[in-house]
Amino acid sequence: MNETATPLLEVEGISKRFGATLALSDVSFDVRPGEVHALMGENGAGKSTLMKIISGNYQPDTGTIRISGTPAVMASPRDAMTAGVAIIHQELNTIPDMTVAENLATGNEPARFGVLDRRTMVAQAREKLARVGARIDPTRPIGRLSVGMQQMVEIARAVAENAKVLVLDEPTASLSRTESEQLFALIRSMRDQGMGLIYISHRMEEVWELADRVTVFRDGKLIGTRDMRTVGPERTSPGDIVRMMVGREISDLYVRTPHPAGEVRLAVRDLTGPGGIGPVSFDVRGGQVVGMVGLIGAGRTEVARLIYGADRATGGTVSLDGTPLKVRNPLEGLRAGVGLLPESRKDQALFLDLSVKDNISMSTLKEHSTVGVLRGGPLVRAVRGVMDQLKVRSNALGLESRALSGGNQQKLVLGRLLLQRPKLLILDEPTRGVDIGAKSEIYRLINEIAGTGAAVLVISSDLPEALGISDQLLVMRAGRIVASLDARAASEETVMQHATGVYAEDAAPTETAGTAR
Amino acid sequence: MSTSTTPTADPTVQPPEKRGFPVAYWWDRVGIFLVLLLLIALMSAIAPNFLSVDNAVNVARSVSINAILAAGMTVVILTAGIDLSVGSILAVAGVGGVLLATNGVPTPLALLGGIAVGALCGAVNGALIAWLALPAFIVTLGSLTYLRGLAYSMLDGQPLVATDLGFRGIGNGSVAGIPQPVIVMLVVYVVFWFLLERTRFGRHVYAVGGNIEAARLAGINVKRVLLSTYMLAGAAAGVAGLIFSARVLSAQPTAGTGYELDAIAAVVLGGTSLAGGRGRIFGTLVGAVIIGVLSNGLVLLDVPFFYQLMIKGVVIIIAIALDSLKRFARSTS
Repeated sequence: MNETATPLLEVEGISKRFGATLALSDVSFDVRPGEVHALMGENGAGKSTLMKIISGNYQPDTGTIRISGTPAVMASPRDAMTAGVAIIHQELNTIPDMTVAENLATGNEPARFGVLDRRTMVAQAREKLARVGARIDPTRPIGRLSVGMQQMVEIARAVAENAKVLVLDEPTASLSRTESEQLFALIRSMRDQGMGLIYISHRMEEVWELADRVTVFRDGKLIGTRDMRTVGPERTSPGDIVRMMVGREISDLYVRTPHPAGEVRLAVRDLTGPGGIGPVSFDVRGGQVVGMVGLIGAGRTEVARLIYGADRATGGTVSLDGTPLKVRNPLEGLRAGVGLLPESRKDQALFLDLSVKDNISMSTLKEHSTVGVLRGGPLVRAVRGVMDQLKVRSNALGLESRALSGGNQQKLVLGRLLLQRPKLLILDEPTRGVDIGAKSEIYRLINEIAGTGAAVLVISSDLPEALGISDQLLVMRAGRIVASLDARAASEETVMQHATGVYAEDAAPTETAGTAR
Repeated sequence: MSTSTTPTADPTVQPPEKRGFPVAYWWDRVGIFLVLLLLIALMSAIAPNFLSVDNAVNVARSVSINAILAAGMTVVILTAGIDLSVGSILAVAGVGGVLLATNGVPTPLALLGGIAVGALCGAVNGALIAWLALPAFIVTLGSLTYLRGLAYSMLDGQPLVATDLGFRGIGNGSVAGIPQPVIVMLVVYVVFWFLLERTRFGRHVYAVGGNIEAARLAGINVKRVLLSTYMLAGAAAGVAGLIFSARVLSAQPTAGTGYELDAIAAVVLGGTSLAGGRGRIFGTLVGAVIIGVLSNGLVLLDVPFFYQLMIKGVVIIIAIALDSLKRFARSTS
């Protein structure tokens, strides 16, 4: 990277407002020739808004863009392309049934008297692919290539159109390890040829490995830019970056006050379900938060659904406060005092067309009605009470839930569960896709609910979260519980070893597997 | 849709629009009413004798049967279902009501009987759809045919004239100048509005239509809700069938043929989404009145029958196009 050279791309004082939300606030940022500049930040921090502005998809409200020192207006994606700014989106923009050559030529097909000149097209494609070192047959339909190869084709197209600045948005999200490494090699070679690369990623290791500079966004503001090549005591650590992203020490994020563990409330014995689930046995005590971790497909969600009655168990027993729980559907689970926050908010929990009030009260309408007729006043009061507890502003009562952010939507679902006052609360991925502020609110709530003596079971794929908020951790693998660990003492490594089965070979199964009583 | 079920809802609630005048928000709520006013203004200007009390009463009377069918249809469509059999249920219930009345059953019981027949037909539809998980379109297509056959078989294929029908008033009578079928229609709408907006059942209807899996997981008895909606549609068709019989003073096995399409058109025109979960009952009433005003105006203008059909078809397609445009706008916002 040449620090004295004119930046390839400079934005200065860019702001962008959507209604009441300030998506970007006075952001200044540049990309120099020969650097990989990583952008990091939570979802909704402003990264993609900025990228849409520099690629001509959005117009900024204020601020200027300069390309190699000259002010430029990016009125459309076409303008951006002409100026030398190209984006490789997370979702690829290829046309699956067309060949690689056709995809590379789209919009600029070589033709003679209006008749497509296939031979020239293929030859040009070969040349374009060679420039990025990709060995791909241009006559193959692009849909038959792996995602990584398709990405190479897209990069080849950008390079062929003389892109000076290339934006890569989460490029490794669906790549294999080898493919990622090939991509990294290509990124380095483009950098060495003097291009400027903007690399958006959530993966710290990649950023650590590739980036020359890292810029962190939070809540629409640019928090800071760090030079990653500085060595010595001044050197930026991954911890520094995370702190910039979340705006506080990670350890403050998780809330876990030790509650006196009460009596066993939920007792699961040899529970089995369809699809090779179980047998599983475990207990959850009142006031206790039990985290359930494991890889995707380990059977965590399935166990939760069996307990709630969303799916039918094929064997085993579940009891709540000593009473056998025989539920055949969610309504029976709910009546027995079980509350479930489902895995997918949009598909399984929310009524997007309905108001905040309707969403919160949907499971407890019976308590607020007389022979089926709703009692408006008490219903609204109950909903308001929960909204205060959730810190959702109460003038949102009549808003369509569609209009809310992911975090607030999740709070609605939690609010619905709070109104049920469940004895057992099962939360399946409670913080997936919610912003950091809502996350900490949700942790506080989980802790509060446990404080009231309820049994809480939290399924999480976010290991630091599971370790940070639980008292006890159950690790699942292949439909069974393979370990029960003290969450305060366990490390991420231990949990992962259990979850992936590394432990299974040498550790005696009696020590870790089976019961978690 | 933020249906407020209580007048005490916070007055500071703002429409979920992002900038400027919330066009989409207000269009969703009053747009269809403006369309009706424009249509009335247009017809008043060009159609002779359109703007008169007599003609208004006439339109209201002619709208009532379709409007009642459409009320039931609204509840079904709100759950993302469809009921193609309402026209046939109308015939079966109408025939049933007349048979009861002409066989010595007291008038009030005959009326209740006719409504019960309609509700029973709906219950069969609902049970097949909810418990056997059969598609509503197919089930009600089957019962459309079956029930039409049943209506014929009840009368051995012949209409039954009953000039001294005990309940002929609900077809032809008036109270203070307002035709009785119009009064019945208004009562039906108030009852359906109350059910949808003020009861637990109503919230459950919107929930099931909006997200059936979420409704199940939220502890809603989805099957019972579905059964009830088809029963309501059947009961409404029963009421319509009794009015029909009273108007023609006979039991007609051909009654209501093709009426399901006008009912669906009224629902869609009234802004209820065919995808379920969004819509308002009074929108449907406006939709039914639009269809009535349009037909009436075209007749007064001496537009040939076949052109009337073509115009109605275009209007229905425009209404459905608007619905999918709205849905598209929401999904991208």
